[in-house]
Amino acid sequence: MAGLQPFNVAVISFVLLLICANLVSCNNGRRVGDPLEAELSGFSVPLEHSFELDDVAKFQSRGSLLLKTGREPSVSLTQNQLSEDDRSKLKEVAAVDGLYRIRVPRVFLQADRQTEWQMDGYLTAFVRACAMVESHLSDVITLHTDVSGYLIGVSIVTLPGACRGAEVEDEVDLEVFNTTLSIMAPVNAPGPETALFLERMEQESEKKGKNPQEQKSFFAKYWMYIVPLVLFLMMSGAQDQSGGGAGGGAANGGGR
Amino acid sequence: MAKLILLLLKLCILFFVVHAVFEDQVGKFDWRQQYVGKVRFSHFDTQLQSSKKVLVATESNVFAALNSRTGELFWRHVDKTGPEGNIDALLHHAQDAVLVVGNGRMLRSWDINVGGLNWEMLLDTGSFRSACLVGQQGTVKHVAVLKKTVISVHYLSNGHQKWVENLPEGETVDYQTVYSGGNGQVFVLGIVPHSHITIVVYSMEDGEIIKQVSVEAPWLSNIPASCAVVGQGMLMCVDSTTMSLNTLDLHQQLQMTQIPLQSLGLEVDPDFHPSLVSHQPNPAQKPLSEFFLQLGPERYLLLQLNNGQIVTLRDFKPALLASFATTGEKTVAAVMSPKNKTACSINLYSADTGRRLLDTTLIFTVDPNGGKPERLHVQAFLKKDDSVGYRVMVQTEDHALTFIQQPGRVMWTREEALSDVVTMEMVDLPLTGTQAELEGEFGKKADGLLSMVLKRLSSQLIMLQAWIAHLWKLFYEARKPRSQVKNEVSIENLSRDEFNLQKMMVMVTSSGKLFGIDSKTGGILWKHYLNNVPKNAAFKLMVQRTTAHFPHPPQCTLLIKDRDTGLATLHVFNPMFGRKSQVTPPALPQPILQSLLLPLMDQDYAKVLLLVDDQYKVSAFPSTKNVLQQLQETASSIFFFLVDSSQGRLSGYRLRTDLSTEQVWEVVVPTEVQKIVSVKGKRPNEHVHSQGRVMGDRSVLYKYLNPNLLAVVTESTDVHQERSFIGILLIDGVTGRIIHEAVQRKARGPVHVVHSENWVVYEYWSTKSRRNEFSVIELYEGMELYNSTVFSSLDRPHAPQVLQQSYIFPSSISTMEATLTEKGITSRHLLIGLPSGGILSLPKMFLDPRRPEIISEQSREENLIPYAPELIIRTEWFINYNQTVGRVRGIHTAPSGLESTCLVVAYGLDIYQTRVYPSKQFDVLKDDYDYMLISSVLFALFFATMISKRLAEVKLLNRAWR
Repeated sequence: MAGLQPFNVAVISFVLLLICANLVSCNNGRRVGDPLEAELSGFSVPLEHSFELDDVAKFQSRGSLLLKTGREPSVSLTQNQLSEDDRSKLKEVAAVDGLYRIRVPRVFLQADRQTEWQMDGYLTAFVRACAMVESHLSDVITLHTDVSGYLIGVSIVTLPGACRGAEVEDEVDLEVFNTTLSIMAPVNAPGPETALFLERMEQESEKKGKNPQEQKSFFAKYWMYIVPLVLFLMMSGAQDQSGGGAGGGAANGGGR
Repeated sequence: MAKLILLLLKLCILFFVVHAVFEDQVGKFDWRQQYVGKVRFSHFDTQLQSSKKVLVATESNVFAALNSRTGELFWRHVDKTGPEGNIDALLHHAQDAVLVVGNGRMLRSWDINVGGLNWEMLLDTGSFRSACLVGQQGTVKHVAVLKKTVISVHYLSNGHQKWVENLPEGETVDYQTVYSGGNGQVFVLGIVPHSHITIVVYSMEDGEIIKQVSVEAPWLSNIPASCAVVGQGMLMCVDSTTMSLNTLDLHQQLQMTQIPLQSLGLEVDPDFHPSLVSHQPNPAQKPLSEFFLQLGPERYLLLQLNNGQIVTLRDFKPALLASFATTGEKTVAAVMSPKNKTACSINLYSADTGRRLLDTTLIFTVDPNGGKPERLHVQAFLKKDDSVGYRVMVQTEDHALTFIQQPGRVMWTREEALSDVVTMEMVDLPLTGTQAELEGEFGKKADGLLSMVLKRLSSQLIMLQAWIAHLWKLFYEARKPRSQVKNEVSIENLSRDEFNLQKMMVMVTSSGKLFGIDSKTGGILWKHYLNNVPKNAAFKLMVQRTTAHFPHPPQCTLLIKDRDTGLATLHVFNPMFGRKSQVTPPALPQPILQSLLLPLMDQDYAKVLLLVDDQYKVSAFPSTKNVLQQLQETASSIFFFLVDSSQGRLSGYRLRTDLSTEQVWEVVVPTEVQKIVSVKGKRPNEHVHSQGRVMGDRSVLYKYLNPNLLAVVTESTDVHQERSFIGILLIDGVTGRIIHEAVQRKARGPVHVVHSENWVVYEYWSTKSRRNEFSVIELYEGMELYNSTVFSSLDRPHAPQVLQQSYIFPSSISTMEATLTEKGITSRHLLIGLPSGGILSLPKMFLDPRRPEIISEQSREENLIPYAPELIIRTEWFINYNQTVGRVRGIHTAPSGLESTCLVVAYGLDIYQTRVYPSKQFDVLKDDYDYMLISSVLFALFFATMISKRLAEVKLLNRAWR
């Protein structure tokens, strides 16, 4: 038998899942990505955000996403700082429990030319503005693609995610985004694991083959248990017959 | 000896394994009702006077024989669904019934006595037009089948083809009817639109064309709709533009003779297309020369063709339906005419004179909760004094069949609408009948202390009275033998039982008829037909108020939406009695996109229903001030989603305080790659007892229990078996966050999904391995819970762990549902409806992605079953033993008052109700529990302790003396 498993299966597959998603470190506004590389195999699309007191979306540029196309798409982000006005507005919106929305245009990541990757429409997501404020602009943005490389959804969460009503006093905390960005492709769902199962069966039968003691027949091994059991059953069967019990009747019927 | 031991061992195993239904439990907790569907063709078996068979062929592709005395099924044959099994024609002669199936693909002959198949013939391709029996010299031996370009004649005895001929000028002529008058000739009638009729006469013997003629008839477009063959081979057509009858002698075929209806003194209702009904009692003989002409929705005429002259025998006005029937040599005409609002009278007339037969009036009471009569099927028979007696089977708009005997006794009614149940709910019964009487007392507002006390006392008195009456009844019934005690359930004595096992099943059928069925017996307690339901309506049934809020009656709301226009109507009713509620539902002028039932309640405890129209405006029902105020307060936490599968768009909206909405998220799945086929949320009444699973090392793995999670299933547009796939998206319905995205490659639909607790189970067809496979996804938060008190989609930053495993399933499936219990303690089973008619109860334990491939000490500790790629169907898992459920389309589960018990209703062509106990009946004593034994043991122990106590005292005393 196999030894004790140090990890459990759940954790392992979770780790696998994390590997699937390409985690990308993020720029926070001051550093600019290598422009040459971007031109070679990628393109940039705007990341826009909106936070308004009346909750009518008015999207403004927050930064730009640098998407690298290819078999393993990756993404990096350059984003601006929040201006003085925006900071105060964000705090006001947070105070009335407004929403902080982001949007990215729908794009196709496998295309070579600009005309091909553009599609009409945007993908939008939101968090509560207060969560944005209280987390000091630390958010996690995930872009989801489908099998063929179309961007299908965007999601944003803040860390921590809760709104506890904590005051953010230092204005500096609301200046720079601290964004973790990743792009996720669908996971391949597993099919039935027949090969492994068969292998295991073979191993087991081999093991049995090696051990001659196990090859003894069932009766040879357990005759000392079976005989008393049979005797007991016969006795009880006889009793049942006299009692006319339904179970006994059926047993006798089957026995014949 | 060894063999004997083996046998005994086998017996032992048998004893231990069997835990399905015992023989004496059959039908105790379950019932099945079999249906056939909306009747398309029907024939009475007229071989013998005493024959009790009615043959019916239905639009659900079912061919069956009903017992005309009881309405029960003698036998039933269920064909394939869809056009493949569509029954095109039913011809009946003596003890053979010939069916043309699947647009003329199959010709089948059935023995109607036993329902066995005589023979079956595969016909050539070609769309079916018409079929008829062909007689010669008084005997019927052949059947002719007309297709678009070919006519074939088959022997009735074995189905072999006698001859087959291509029709002349098949490209230009549209052949529509075949007719034989029993003289060895087969007439095929076709038309060239706006030009002429073509008549081809074949010889019965060898299929040679005897004659082929064209006759001018530019006005004729559809022969079966406007023509009939009458008398000595006269084709009678009615022309609605010139308002005239046109006759054509098929044997001479000179030209059509036009007889204007005005010359007969007749007038046609404007905008009505007149039609003809003729009757051919025996295919080997000519049809009758009498026929019906329908001139208006309520007017029939019995006409006679006499030497080329048309004679009016009788004018029936008003008349709803008319039909001919033959017994022996006599043919009669039955005419149904409206009597008053609630009843119709049917009378019998002699077909050749039009004289009314004496004592033949039959009263048909029109059910106010049913539809209008649609068709009349008459069974005539000769009485002992040689006069004609009859029974009728009336088919109404709501697909019901009512069989009536003179003078109006309803022998049976079959509610065939129940063969197509669309959606259903199970509603708790009210507590007791006496409490219903007290409704008035609690309903009124308080008006003083003394009067309140008096009212309370009086109500208590009523309850006491009812209790004594109940006791008396119990005592009285206890003396009677058990078989005589009848437990008739009627609307009046509906009350909840001890464990809430009996419920009201509210079923909505596609015909627009609603039913209230007692779940214990299957008896129909109420029915209600909605007249103005569009043909392609989508239904959604919601329970707005349960029976728990006592003085207020329970309330269900049915949303009926036209699939094309999106326009919807609401029908509000009381699920206990089926009566339309006093509450007037709001008029919905705009197409409705989405409806959602909120947990909010108004002051009358009715849950609030929100309807979103295509302008994204929200209307509430009920929309009282109280509700609007509550909505304003909670608006910012009310989110909803819309799915537009044609554009692959999923979008989330938030409610604003002014009941407008704002879009908050959007996910777009490009339709070029994949299309959304289903979106499944969780059931709102589901409870999860345990937050986590205890692992082998005593740590806890917490479940990710997101009530807003949606499972979105997509199918690839590319159907090539190497490239096709299905996609599973788990999306949070509030934030639009994609929690998990998986792709099952080389897979194809149809996909069946069940989404519950923290898992999603789906079934698909694997194109690579050519088999059905199950896959299960489970979501876990991890070893610690983020926020154990409340779940909020807005505050769950960490993505859950996702586990997935797949299995092979040895059968395709029709539908799937999970069991549901009161508190969610009982383990879950999946109820799987198989195409074979079985309903399989598969423990969820087998679909667990944590099933280990290699067994370890910890997995053993957790009771995990080692992984095996194949799920095995064990016969004892079938919860419906031999009660096959035809064409299961849906399974509805509902919790009962007992935690161990889940009520199950499977519906499709049949309806089957039963109970399942996924974790066995841990909270119920068995039927054969030995109360005597346990009480005697208890008493014995009690006395033993008393005696030993006494003895011990004596002993102590003695010791003290020593």
